[in-house]
Amino acid sequence: MPKIKLAESTVKIIKDVCARFNNSEGELINVLHTVQHKLGYLPAEVQEVIAKELNTSVAKVYGVVTFYSYFSMIPKGEFPISICMGTACYVRGAEQVLSEFKRQLKVEVGESTSDGKFSLNCLRCVGACGLAPVVMIGEKVFGRVAPTQVKQIIAEYREGCSSEKAKSA
Amino acid sequence: MTDYKIHVLICGGTGCKSADSDELKKSLKQWIDEVGLEDDVQVVLTGCFGFCEKGPIVKVLPDNTFYVSVTPSDAEEIVKEHLLKGRVVQRLLYRDPNTHQQISDSKGMDFYKKQMRIALRNCGFINPENIQEYISRDGYMALGKCLTELTPEDTIQEIKDSGLRGRGGGGFPTGLKWEITRKSEADQKYVVCNADEGDPGAFMDRSILEGDPHSVIEAMSICGYCIGASKGLVYIRAEYPLAIERLKIALDQAREYGLLGEDILGTGFDFDIDIRLGAGAFVCGEETALIHSMEGKRGEPTFKPPFPSVSGFLGKPTNVNNVETFANIPVIINKGASWFNKIGTENSKGTKVFALAGKINNVGLIEVPMGTTLREVIYDIGGGIKDGKEFKSVQTGGPSGGCLTKNFLDTPIDYDNLLKAGSMMGSGGMIVMDEDDCMVAIARFYLEFILEESCGKCSPCRIGNKRLFEILDKITSGKGEEKDIERLILLSNVIKDTSLCGLGQTSPNPVLSTILNFRDEYLAHVNEKKCPSGQCKSLLKYEIIEDLCTGCTLCFRNCPVGAITGERRQPHYIDQSLCIKCGVCYEKCKFNAIKLT
Ligand SMILES: Cc1cc2nc3c(=O)[nH]c(=O)nc-3n(C[C@H](O)[C@H](O)[C@H](O)COP(=O)(O)O)c2cc1C
Ligand code: SF4
Ligand code: SF4
Ligand code: FES
Repeated sequence: MPKIKLAESTVKIIKDVCARFNNSEGELINVLHTVQHKLGYLPAEVQEVIAKELNTSVAKVYGVVTFYSYFSMIPKGEFPISICMGTACYVRGAEQVLSEFKRQLKVEVGESTSDGKFSLNCLRCVGACGLAPVVMIGEKVFGRVAPTQVKQIIAEYREGCSSEKAKSA
Repeated sequence: MTDYKIHVLICGGTGCKSADSDELKKSLKQWIDEVGLEDDVQVVLTGCFGFCEKGPIVKVLPDNTFYVSVTPSDAEEIVKEHLLKGRVVQRLLYRDPNTHQQISDSKGMDFYKKQMRIALRNCGFINPENIQEYISRDGYMALGKCLTELTPEDTIQEIKDSGLRGRGGGGFPTGLKWEITRKSEADQKYVVCNADEGDPGAFMDRSILEGDPHSVIEAMSICGYCIGASKGLVYIRAEYPLAIERLKIALDQAREYGLLGEDILGTGFDFDIDIRLGAGAFVCGEETALIHSMEGKRGEPTFKPPFPSVSGFLGKPTNVNNVETFANIPVIINKGASWFNKIGTENSKGTKVFALAGKINNVGLIEVPMGTTLREVIYDIGGGIKDGKEFKSVQTGGPSGGCLTKNFLDTPIDYDNLLKAGSMMGSGGMIVMDEDDCMVAIARFYLEFILEESCGKCSPCRIGNKRLFEILDKITSGKGEEKDIERLILLSNVIKDTSLCGLGQTSPNPVLSTILNFRDEYLAHVNEKKCPSGQCKSLLKYEIIEDLCTGCTLCFRNCPVGAITGERRQPHYIDQSLCIKCGVCYEKCKFNAIKLT
């Protein structure tokens, strides 16, 4: 991975978060949650700053980041797509929906499209099993998704974002 | 509740919120203001009603009218007809699928008739963001009673007498656990609520926290009083934003009312609760891993003993209980152990909440007395199998459990019976499968989950499960041999016997139980290279039956990869080298001209 240089302001954000948790090593997971919430992801350079602030090793921070699936070292797409792979969704055809997303977007799970618009991930049960199979795009939940609807859903976001941009411009 | 004449309750659980119940609430409010009923009608967003299949649900009190699948555009009619003129909106009522009769009062629905709600007593009745509504339904009465009338020993005795066992999976007697933690000497002790709910396809604990957070807070305080702890922690999945939000609101309100914090109810008892977020690791549901995670470390389990009740969070005695276990406590204290222990079976008292999902008509959250049979749950409450298909199997216990066949339909559900049947109670996920589900593929699915979630600390689990997965993958792609079945069994038993924690010790259960109950399906895969339920993609082929094909071009137009060729009104043809076996043509064809071989 090419090294990225963190902006001064980013470093300050990280330091502030660490300070809020008393620079205590025991709060590492809370720190990571908060920093990821603010920055979107946790690249190696961010982990280095956190390690220094909490007075622990980068290896330890990295060990925790990679242990938990909620933490990500790569940036998410503008529209993060999550396919529920919980059992209820699985028996109602989530696999077919996933493979259709992969095919349409030409990405694998954990990757983003080259234009950075979409990223594809799996998660386990969002608690809307009555709507299985479930797909989340950002915060929005799509229920009872059929493989044949996938193309349409993606198209809506492609168009939607261009028209929204046009509006705000 | 206050002096509004009519209460409109809208389900605000995650399922219904996903189906736009927020928008619905806004619309209802708008129309209520519009017709000038705002002083008479109160609109409340409650927790889950359980009937998720037909959400969003709206219930109107006092007449108890139960509307299903309500959309924001229905708001006008509900307000103008029902609230203003008292005329029930017939078209939004639930229709009994057998009798085709519309049912207005939810009490008349089969879905609710056989249920008994203890842990879910307030879900769908109160506004979870208003502590007064909890208090008006006997909330915090149990805490008051314990602090002023009962000693910690009395309280523990009551819990022991009730026969309550842990609802997080293991089924350890709750009263006994409290007693052990009480007897561990230390300057500081902790009460931990396990809200990690990692079983994929289960949403019991989340629904309780979303619908009735105070019941958990009250019970944790009672536990703190009993074991001598002044600090509680709720470990909750970060994937549950709504539950976290409601829990935070509830904690603030409890503090404001003096029900949490220092000198609770003027009795000198101090207790407060903090929230710790999980970060997406199934193994963190295991109590020793959970404790490490709360300490900011990787969530790796450690060997027991020492049990957390002796040495847990920061090395101090820690009592870990599940959300649903806690939700039962206030009721037991209020109604008494002798009331509670009359419900259920010999060794399993009370009720159990299940998240019923899969190929079933009424997906939802249910609570039944222990001893209810699987048949009652699946057919009477669950409304039977979707699309009139044949029942094949029900999976309980999640990735640690097993798949039961129709031979077990009349087995009364309790801890011991499910274990005997080769599965386990687990935390309450219950997934129903029909004739189209392949049991080998299901075993593979769970193993794939385990591979992702094994923490990797011990080799039987890390490497053994990988090998199990590879064998299953081989079988489902048509490369298996009969000897593989024996290999699976042998390896499974080694993994069970030698893994460090509960995850590895139970991870082969889905494999073993499917081999035990569905060996013929495994044999069909390895010997005939066939998947009887037509799920294993590599083993099937879609073909067009020339004689039946009318050349309507429907399949041609729907095939996502252009694998189908043919002229209008001429038989079509599928190019097997292009076909990705998505099954769309099979579903679309109106003439049954496409077969699976
Ligand atoms: C792999 C694994 C996952 C577990 N996941 C959960 C869980 O999600 N929720 C839970 O309450 N207990 C879970 N448990 C059980 C806990 O270790 C512990 O027994 C339980 O929280 C104790 O509470 P109880 O006695 O009230 O059931 C899990 C156990 C194992 C081995
Ligand atoms: S059994 Fe699996 S999850 Fe448990 S400690 Fe061993 S590797 Fe980790
Ligand atoms: S199964 Fe799917 S890919 Fe294959 S022919 Fe039918 S529609 Fe096309
Ligand atoms: S399994 Fe997908 S929402 Fe529950």
